[in-house]
Parts: sequence; C-alpha cells; structure tokens
Amino acid sequence: MEPLIDIVSGVFVAAGAFFVLVGAIGLVRLPDLYTRIHGASVIDTAGAGLLIVGMMLQAGWSLVTLKLLFILGIFLFTLPVAGHALARAALREGLEPKLTHDRRAPAGDAPDAAEEA
Amino acid sequence: MELLISFALFTLLGVVTVAIVSQRNLVAVVILGSIYSFLIASVMVVLDAVDVALTEASVGAGISTVLLLAGLKLTRTRDYRGQDPNVVGALLAIAVGGALVWGSLVLPPFGAPDAPIHQHVAPRYIEGAGTEIGVPNIVTAVLADYRGFDTLGETTVVFVAGMAVLLLLRRSSLQSAPPSDDEQPAMSGDLVLRVGTKLILPFILLFALYVQFHGDYGPGGGFQAGVIAASAVILLGLTLGLRRARRIAPPALAHAMIPLGVLIFAGTGVATMLLGGDFLEYAVLAHEAKEGHHLGIMLVEAGVLVTVSGTMISLFYAFVERGR
Repeated sequence: MEPLIDIVSGVFVAAGAFFVLVGAIGLVRLPDLYTRIHGASVIDTAGAGLLIVGMMLQAGWSLVTLKLLFILGIFLFTLPVAGHALARAALREGLEPKLTHDRRAPAGDAPDAAEEA
Repeated sequence: MELLISFALFTLLGVVTVAIVSQRNLVAVVILGSIYSFLIASVMVVLDAVDVALTEASVGAGISTVLLLAGLKLTRTRDYRGQDPNVVGALLAIAVGGALVWGSLVLPPFGAPDAPIHQHVAPRYIEGAGTEIGVPNIVTAVLADYRGFDTLGETTVVFVAGMAVLLLLRRSSLQSAPPSDDEQPAMSGDLVLRVGTKLILPFILLFALYVQFHGDYGPGGGFQAGVIAASAVILLGLTLGLRRARRIAPPALAHAMIPLGVLIFAGTGVATMLLGGDFLEYAVLAHEAKEGHHLGIMLVEAGVLVTVSGTMISLFYAFVERGR
C-alpha cells in the first residue's frame, strides 16, 4: 500500500509541476493581459490543485490533510474570483483584448483582418 | 533540499530587488514589493520562524500593499527620474553595504549553538515556557509574557503611528459626517465579486479568531489576527462599497479601537500591580500561576488585536476618503 500511495502522489505532484510550468511559459509567451490571465489561471487551479492532492496523499489521514483540503478549497474559490476581478478591471480601464479577427474594427484599422477576409 | 530552496528564494529576492530599483511605474513597484514580502515570508518558513512569516505575509504582502495602492491614488504613479546620477548617494550606498557585508563576515556561523544570542536569555525562555507559563508556542510565551513590556511598546508604536497618519490625512474634524453621496466602487456592480466577497468574509473573520486564540498553541497572535480581521473590512469596502463597510465597522469605532487596545494592554499591567504583583506579572491574576499567565496572555493579545485592527481600518478609511 505504501509504495502505491507514493507512486500515485508522485504522479499528482509531477502533473501539478507540469501545469505550473505550462502556466509560467504561458505567462511569459502569451501576447496580452487577458490571455496571460488565462495562462496564470492554469497555475492557480490545475497546478496548485494537483500539487495539493499529491501532498494530501503523502500526509495521510491527519490534521495536515484537512488543512490542505481547506487551502485547496480557498484556492479554487478565491483565485478564479481574483482573475475575474483583474480582467474586469483591465476591461473597465479600456484595455482592448488582442484579437486576430476583429470584426468590430473598421477594415482600415486592421490590415491583417481585412486581408484574410 | 533546504539549501536548494533557500538558494532559489534568495535568487528571486535579488531579481525582485533589481526590478524594484529599475522600475519607474510606482504601481508596479508596490506589486513587486508585495512579491518581495511574500518571498521573505517564504524564507521565514524555511527558517522555521512561522510566526514572523505569518506576520510578513499578512502585513507586508497583504494589507500594506492595499494601503500603498490607496496612497498612490493620492499622488502621481510615476517616479521622478533625476537628471544626473547621484554620485554621493551611490558611493554612500556602496560604503554602507560593504560595511554591512564586512561586519557579517565576523558573525558566528548560521545556526551555531554556541553563538552569543543562543547563550544569553534564550535557554531560560526555552526551558521555562512549558513549566512556568504553560504555553506550547514559545514565541507567544516570549512575546506576550517574558517580553510583555516590549510588546506593549510595539503596540504603542502602532498606536502612535496610526494617530500620526490619521492627523496628517484627515481634512476636517473627526466629528464631521461622512459624505453622504457615497460613490459606488468600480467593482460593486459585479456579481461574481459581490457573491465571492460575501461568501469569503465569514471565513476570513473565523480565520482571524483562529489565529488569535490558537496563538498559544501554533503560529499567530494579536498582530496577525488584527490584520486579518481588518482585511475583511477592507475587502468589504473595496468590493461592496464604503457605505456597507462603514455600517459594519463605523470609522468612529475604528478610531476608538486604536487607543482602546493600548489601554487594555497597559490596564492589564496596572491590574497586576493592584493585585500585588509587578507590572505585567500575570501570575497574580488567578489563584494558580499558570491560570494567571493564560489569562494575562489572552488579555494582552486582545489588546494588540484591538489596536492593530483599529489602526488598519482607520488608515484604510483615511486614505480612501482623502482620495475622493
């Protein structure tokens, strides 16, 4: 049983680390604020969530597991709300999302979109 | 492994420091400062100083970021860039930094058991905390009991600093009625934020109480709990509007809490004197010495909580109202 738990928790931690890495790459490589929030949210939910599940398996049935469960719940609840607030604040300040096919803009302003259309 | 974590943390601290120095947008500087505080909190966790880490995370990374951003609203958000480099300042900084590094070379090795700091009063505290005071968390025993007088001084510093900032920021007398044309905050119309705030608020307050009363057994105490409790009010003001926050935590109450906490703290000391003991000698508060210590620590921590949360809430109101 012990090695099995070690393997399963190792898989969870590795998967969590993978998503954190993906989110970090996304944060650097994605073009504008909204897509970057999307990249960061991968760290918030998938990355942190899987890491915490892996740690819970290591902790076994103990108070630590319960505390980790609380932390997981708080993460899954607050971080998406924070990301939403960030995106909304940016939108209110007039930061336009970067779109390749911007149908709202007149053709003269977006030569790329006009070409493709 | 611990060495690797420390190495990574200190590398990040260096990167953030360089970023803060080179950054001219002050909003970004505040956010970077918040990241710096969070990294320092992580360093404290690595050093097993969880009480300090909790303080740094809640005060440095949390509430001071909000207060600094509120302060930035009153000023310009771009740093003034001087025309010519300040040679004297640079030389002075290099000299002081070099002197500090040079001084650190003769310090005893990190964690050495025969270092003077571990020989002075620390062994007495470590041995006595369990039997004399009966509090499992030695940090709480030292802060609230052995060094209660120092903590009274710290609480007074918070009181004086809060009063000074309030006197600087306020426009008219404290009695003046709050403006009735309360403009709604930018986020008040947002359903997700409103529901999210309402759902998380009870848990924040519950956590503040946990940090307050569990401080005898685990990390935490009045300072951290006061900041966490104040953050609940500040969150309410940011998302649901100042009017709602004012109804739950009226500014007059917050102002009154600042001296009240110091009064509770010092009053505990006076009470022990009246009961025949020394100032802040808790043993005389109850029939048994341990019970007395427990009661005294609880009263003193309550005083710290009241002063700290009152100061933080008052500062938030002062900054936000000034920004209108």
